[in-house]
Amino acid sequence: MTTVRVLPEQCTGCGECVPSCPVAAIEMRGPAAFITDACTVCGICVTVCPVEAIEMQHVAPAARPCEPCRGVWVFAELHRGRLVGVARELMAKGRQLADRKGTELTALVFGAAVEAPARELVALGADRVLGAEHPVLELFHDDAYVAACLALADGQRPEIMLCGGTVLGRAFFPRLAARLDTGLTADCTSLEIDEESGILLQTRPAYGGNLLATIACPDRRPQMATVRPKVFPAGASDPARIGEIVIRRDWDGRLHSRTKVLEVLEEVVQTVNIAEADVIVAGGRGMGAAENFALLEQLARVLGGAVAASRAPVDAGWVPYARQVGQTGKTVCPKLYIACGISGQVQHLVGMQSADVIVAINKDPQAPIFSVATYGIVGDALEIVPLLIKALGRP
Amino acid sequence: MKIIVCIKQVPDTVHVRINEKTGAMEREGVPAVVNPYDLYALEEALRLREAHGGTVAALTMGPPQAEAVLRDAIALGVDEGYHLSGREFAGGDTLATSYALAKGVEKIGEYHLVLCGKQAIDGDTAQVGPELAEHLGLPFLGFVRRVRESGAGRIVVERMTEDGADVVESTLPAVISVVKEINTPRLPSLKGKMRARSFKATTWNAEALGADEARLGFAGSPTKVVKIFHPEARRGGEMLTGEPAEVAARLAEKLRSLGVCR
Amino acid sequence: MDYFLTEQQMMIRETARQVARERIVPVRAELDEREEFPWEVIKACAAADLFAIWVPEAYGGLGGGILDLCLCVEELSRACAGVAVSYAASALGTIPIVLFGTEAQKAKYLPDVASGRRLGAFALTEAGAGSDAGGVQTTARLDGDHYVLNGTKQWITNGGDAEIYTVVAITDRNRGARGASTFIVEKGTPGFTFGKKEIKMGIRSSSTRELVFTDCRVPKENLLGKEGQGFIVAMKTLDKSRPGIGAQALGIAQGAFDEAAIYSRQRVQFGHPISSFQAVQHMLANMAIKIEASRSLIYSVARYIDSGAKDYSKESAMAKVFPSDMAMEVTTDAVQILGGYGYMRDYPVEKMMRDAKITQIYEGTNQVIRNVIGLAIIKDFAKRAQV
Repeated sequence: MTTVRVLPEQCTGCGECVPSCPVAAIEMRGPAAFITDACTVCGICVTVCPVEAIEMQHVAPAARPCEPCRGVWVFAELHRGRLVGVARELMAKGRQLADRKGTELTALVFGAAVEAPARELVALGADRVLGAEHPVLELFHDDAYVAACLALADGQRPEIMLCGGTVLGRAFFPRLAARLDTGLTADCTSLEIDEESGILLQTRPAYGGNLLATIACPDRRPQMATVRPKVFPAGASDPARIGEIVIRRDWDGRLHSRTKVLEVLEEVVQTVNIAEADVIVAGGRGMGAAENFALLEQLARVLGGAVAASRAPVDAGWVPYARQVGQTGKTVCPKLYIACGISGQVQHLVGMQSADVIVAINKDPQAPIFSVATYGIVGDALEIVPLLIKALGRP
Repeated sequence: MKIIVCIKQVPDTVHVRINEKTGAMEREGVPAVVNPYDLYALEEALRLREAHGGTVAALTMGPPQAEAVLRDAIALGVDEGYHLSGREFAGGDTLATSYALAKGVEKIGEYHLVLCGKQAIDGDTAQVGPELAEHLGLPFLGFVRRVRESGAGRIVVERMTEDGADVVESTLPAVISVVKEINTPRLPSLKGKMRARSFKATTWNAEALGADEARLGFAGSPTKVVKIFHPEARRGGEMLTGEPAEVAARLAEKLRSLGVCR
Repeated sequence: MDYFLTEQQMMIRETARQVARERIVPVRAELDEREEFPWEVIKACAAADLFAIWVPEAYGGLGGGILDLCLCVEELSRACAGVAVSYAASALGTIPIVLFGTEAQKAKYLPDVASGRRLGAFALTEAGAGSDAGGVQTTARLDGDHYVLNGTKQWITNGGDAEIYTVVAITDRNRGARGASTFIVEKGTPGFTFGKKEIKMGIRSSSTRELVFTDCRVPKENLLGKEGQGFIVAMKTLDKSRPGIGAQALGIAQGAFDEAAIYSRQRVQFGHPISSFQAVQHMLANMAIKIEASRSLIYSVARYIDSGAKDYSKESAMAKVFPSDMAMEVTTDAVQILGGYGYMRDYPVEKMMRDAKITQIYEGTNQVIRNVIGLAIIKDFAKRAQV
């Protein structure tokens, strides 16, 4: 049972906590703040109070002793038999964390044939690779994936487990976390080991990216996290590295699945995965019409990038939803993001503001997009973009 | 067919504004709404009911005011509404939340399908659906964009992937999370709103659910928020001014020096 | 301003507003451009139970009054008058059944009207019978169990798309105004066909067609009211529906005003938003005053009708004339405030100005309606003189 309470003798009645509450559960009653029953115990007010007059009280359950656990494990996803990009990125991060903790890095890899990727994972930093080979593992079947994972672990509990925030990872890891009765933090943007406690500090965007929350799983293991593609850099591959590879092929009917993939539909329109692009040229309402996106296609070709959009052009049917960036679309973090005719509503900014370089072209000098832009140009994108294409064409 | 839809009350982020001075979210007066993704789950449940008959129940967990989302669901045409409410549920992470919902689903009972939106727009984790499936011991189909067939203990759906979709068959009961491509949610009707006006939710606390309190709310959450902070505000950089052609040339120069263009 | 609406009325306004915002605004420009009947939007209105408002509860409706209907029409018109008139014409075409229908007629038609499965239309106007309704040439001759209809109705809103038509035809030419009768005619009846869809200045998504009757046999039981009551049915219906035209005009004006007010705060000239200039402020103020005056008039008259008043021809006529003249002025001013942008199809106000014009013309031109008001005034004073 947990409550958040105001310490009346400490509260100065400044009222700063009132607007900070996401569920409007704080009111001023007389000289002090008062927390109503609407409180969801999120704890934001505790961090906001300038005089530490709000505290979170809880009767903690007897802290469970941490089970004996060891090692950092990375689930390395395969797509058509090859490692996906985020798996490489997680191997680099996992290696870092394992070194920091002075422990070994284990990679898990499932599929119909995992020998080659297993060797690649060693090159990418794995001390040990646990592979599971079976036809049912070639495509994602949640029952079978959880069963395979538990069988490979064979009673060992890693300290940390990481997985890509892909469609597969976002279905598989929560299920595994619930099975292991432990915590899972989604879409982390930073993973650090706490100096003192050795606990994994997992930082992720909260409330639509307007805030960041650092989350820990102090007394259960493993500490599990998913990470979106392109958040961490991929490491170098060293073919000379040596590691242990154990591949299990004999399953004896243990990989039963209640789901069955009947068919795989590949869709050309969707293959441009903007989340993977290094350069994105995005258009907004200011592009005026569907035809004008051809200009952006042209610019994207020159820069070797992909075309994306804010919500308005998608709602207007100019651009397919798969290319929408923002809260209700995709989160991207390319090296370069060129926003053309995008005003930059919060819902859009949270989807792209971690790009390395942001260029904004907009007619309205007051557009919020300029507050995040590395380079800003006040002007009509329909006029500037063709000139830019021309300028880039000349050496 | 009996379908249970899990829904959540969230702040309507469309109305959230950022305070320009402090960079903090201004939440005062921000209305609370049904999580937008859950509307797609409700719509799909109603369509399945229209096709196969049966009933649709909405289940939510949250403080007393969260009952409003059940009324919204009733206004859309949902038959029953269940509310898990009590301080013991407060402050739960996805594991504790999914455990509570699982107890609620079991108490409602006799169901064939559990539907959820792919994620809630306040937490954005997309974890509650699959964790709920695990607690219930059921198959999970995530990011579903179309239900192709359903009935007689089986369902066939299209599950979105990075480059298309998988057509997946599952036994029923199952837990499904849906994406916005799946349908266009209906709007509430006048008769539905009138029904909602007199609607009273069935409210259960932990005891009524027979839930283990140690697994609920803050106490039952393995993950803890260590701190919440504002991201380092990204500052606006250089404004390029001048004649359009000149500005474009200077921008091209900048991009070349970044090495991002060929 | 708080008009002390009932809970049901507030619910109607909020529901219609949501349909307008989410289903109409995104498509209105395209509907206007393509002159396409808004079936998708009509379905959304039906799903939201908006067609149930004026139908009695016994037939699956909500039993709402004229004010309830006006609130809905106002909200729909605020987004698109073309959609709103398609909706309102269904009310106009089926209110005669509510008012004069037999139990059997009500049970047969009203549940489908309330659910929005079938639309209604009202057919009085002919080539030679506009303001002068006495000029109706369409005839209905009793032949056994059927009336045989012959003639052509002109400019019928929802013509071709509606399925239930109330048609005024002459049953006895010798009896003058008492020689007309009203019939319910279903689409698909042999001998009942449609002319081409008219191309209009405004309300372009609504359909307007000729109804052509060629020896069209309509069952006797489809006679609405008694034989010879045709013009009474028509006039009583129009007395009830005229505030609805006012509500349409009000909605159009409010929609245009909203656009103008928002634009005036965004448009910067001489270094300031144009809303800071007194010339613009005064225009906005005048628009707001006229809109609120219209709203007060419409709501008051609608309430008066709903209170069970017997004779309200004059009041009902006022609630049509004043708002429709107002809408023409306000939309013209809205275009003026948006300047060159206002004249362009990229912005919605030019459409609103085109849409507003019809409200001064249909359901009685504002000139002929002023005659109604004038006659009522003279009658009132004549009565007083006798006392």
